[in-house]
Amino acid sequence: MSRASPSTIAVCAAAALFAAAAIAGAQVARAEDPVNLSVTIKDYKFEPAELHAPPGKPIAIHVKNLNTIPSEFESSDLHFEKIVPVGSEAVVRVRPLQPGRYTFFDDFHRATQGTLVVP
Amino acid sequence: MLAALLIVFREVFEAGLIIGIVMAVTAGVAGRGLWVAGGVAAGVAGACVVAVFTGGLSELFGGNGQEVFNAGILSFAVIMLTWHNVWMARHGRELAAELQAAGEAVVAGSKSLAALAVVVAIAVLREGAEVVLFLYGVAAAQGGASWSMVGGGGIGLVLGSLVCLATYLGLLTIPARYLFGVTSTLIAFLAAGLAAQAIAFLQQAAIVTALDQTVWDTSWLLSDSSFLGRALHTLIGYVDQPTAMQLVVYTATLVVMVVLMKVFAAPSAEHPQTA
Repeated sequence: MSRASPSTIAVCAAAALFAAAAIAGAQVARAEDPVNLSVTIKDYKFEPAELHAPPGKPIAIHVKNLNTIPSEFESSDLHFEKIVPVGSEAVVRVRPLQPGRYTFFDDFHRATQGTLVVP
Repeated sequence: MLAALLIVFREVFEAGLIIGIVMAVTAGVAGRGLWVAGGVAAGVAGACVVAVFTGGLSELFGGNGQEVFNAGILSFAVIMLTWHNVWMARHGRELAAELQAAGEAVVAGSKSLAALAVVVAIAVLREGAEVVLFLYGVAAAQGGASWSMVGGGGIGLVLGSLVCLATYLGLLTIPARYLFGVTSTLIAFLAAGLAAQAIAFLQQAAIVTALDQTVWDTSWLLSDSSFLGRALHTLIGYVDQPTAMQLVVYTATLVVMVVLMKVFAAPSAEHPQTA
């Protein structure tokens, strides 16, 4: 056996793992259109600071950064983190949620916090 | 100043943990300093490029450019770490034998070094891009860089580098005969954590939607945005609210790594040493 072959196989196997995971996920495609929510970051505050969404439906949050510094729009509760440069808009997707209160924040400015309420 | 200090420290700290581990893994291997330094330099350059093009990057893949890019480079790092561990499982013994015989490595371990240099570059690129974006954004808002910002960033950089040094020196206190086992284990968990992060980005982009329910919530115990939470997140991929898919990918990465290391382990029975 040549020296290169074990490593080549290792790389292929690792790549196959990711492909398998991706395909497994892709099988369940976006069946439903998401509920669209919008929020703006301005003067280090979320506007509105409280968002509302129905339970059990996928959600897309459109965030627009009108602050003077870039933002890292993030939430541990909702599993997302995304950098939003000044003046631009970004979308994060959120899985269907159980009723509850979920917080999100700006990781570049932690005092900037908001809540997503699912009744 | 405090904001600059905290953000720079946080990001350098995260990259520093990984660099510290790589330095310990490659301790004694000739030329590793150059490889690691090259990885850091490539990472810094890459971070600047990514920061400049973040706006454009976000637009790609239907607004999911950042997620796809992050998932891609993280997956690449996982492959490099897997490759390294498998390579070491096969050649580690020869390496150790030569290290003991020659007192220092004369082995052409450069293949494995290149893989680890790529990992360093990716770590620096990811954390560095955030630093560049943040500092540039603050400077632009102020109409120029201020001394307090430069000072804060500088202190953050120094403190973060100390973490890197502490990680390295800490690992070196482990006796040599255990070091290989410890670092292999660290790298396996590091890879699993990065793989789980990669899949989280694909879930965030709704490219992967299966198994997206949260399995547990330990944020009351240890938030993954706390200091310790962040360290564990970097080291072993700790997440306070993991999804089922993240757990599947995490476990699968560990299993694949262990199986490959066993399959390609150096055949010890070929050289029976009768004393």
